[in-house]
Amino acid sequence: MANEPKTLPLRGESDIVQARREIRDLTIKLGWSLIEQTKFVTGTSEIARNTLIHGKGGDMTVQEVFKDGRRGIRLIFTDQGPGIPDIALALRDGYTTGKGMGLGLSGTKRLVHEFDIKSEVGKGTAVTIVKWSGR
Amino acid sequence: MERIPILKMGEFLLVTIQVDMHDQLAMTLQDDITSRISTTEARGLLLDISSVEIVDSFIGRMLVNISMMARILGAETVVVGMRPAVAITLVELGLSLPGVRTALDVDKGMAALRASLSL
Repeated sequence: MANEPKTLPLRGESDIVQARREIRDLTIKLGWSLIEQTKFVTGTSEIARNTLIHGKGGDMTVQEVFKDGRRGIRLIFTDQGPGIPDIALALRDGYTTGKGMGLGLSGTKRLVHEFDIKSEVGKGTAVTIVKWSGR
Repeated sequence: MERIPILKMGEFLLVTIQVDMHDQLAMTLQDDITSRISTTEARGLLLDISSVEIVDSFIGRMLVNISMMARILGAETVVVGMRPAVAITLVELGLSLPGVRTALDVDKGMAALRASLSL
């Protein structure tokens, strides 16, 4: 079944590489342009690293989605890490607590069509991104 | 341990990234380049990223760091061969790669280095 959700672990750095590879293959399968592929794989890499570093590891669930005759890919990143106390602050360009450039969340939001983040301090974080084919 | 080769070509170092780098490999490369610049006294560094399929904020930061560190050690860096799709994605991501010089290919990067070093 093409539309079975698939869950990949994000427990180490090699899992980020593997996640990028899986998403690259899927975007190729869906016939996305090189630019659309690159944007989505880059976004995948950003959020996967957040899950690993800030969330202390978690999972990525991949699913093909359909809406209004369009196909897309939905990724849900979940972790049971410390959570994000101030999501508005975390979404601001340049805000960082880690080793990146503070663009992981805010930048990824610009690379995808739908972006949602839910977080509870002490419980964990779930980030959902969706990108549709053909635009 | 996996390592990215650093080639010496006269006064320059050439690094061609041909693998999908995980973060630790990027950090190792940063360390290796700085020590090679210091031991070879290279005056220029060409970083060929034409095979690199994505540059995310971590890799972007590595490119900025390498350029800064090389400059402090007396070498100019030119990042060459960035794919158009990567450039477009970087701009949307909001990464401007401050202080990083770029050129379309290795030849143009080499010419830029020679010009700036008056070689």
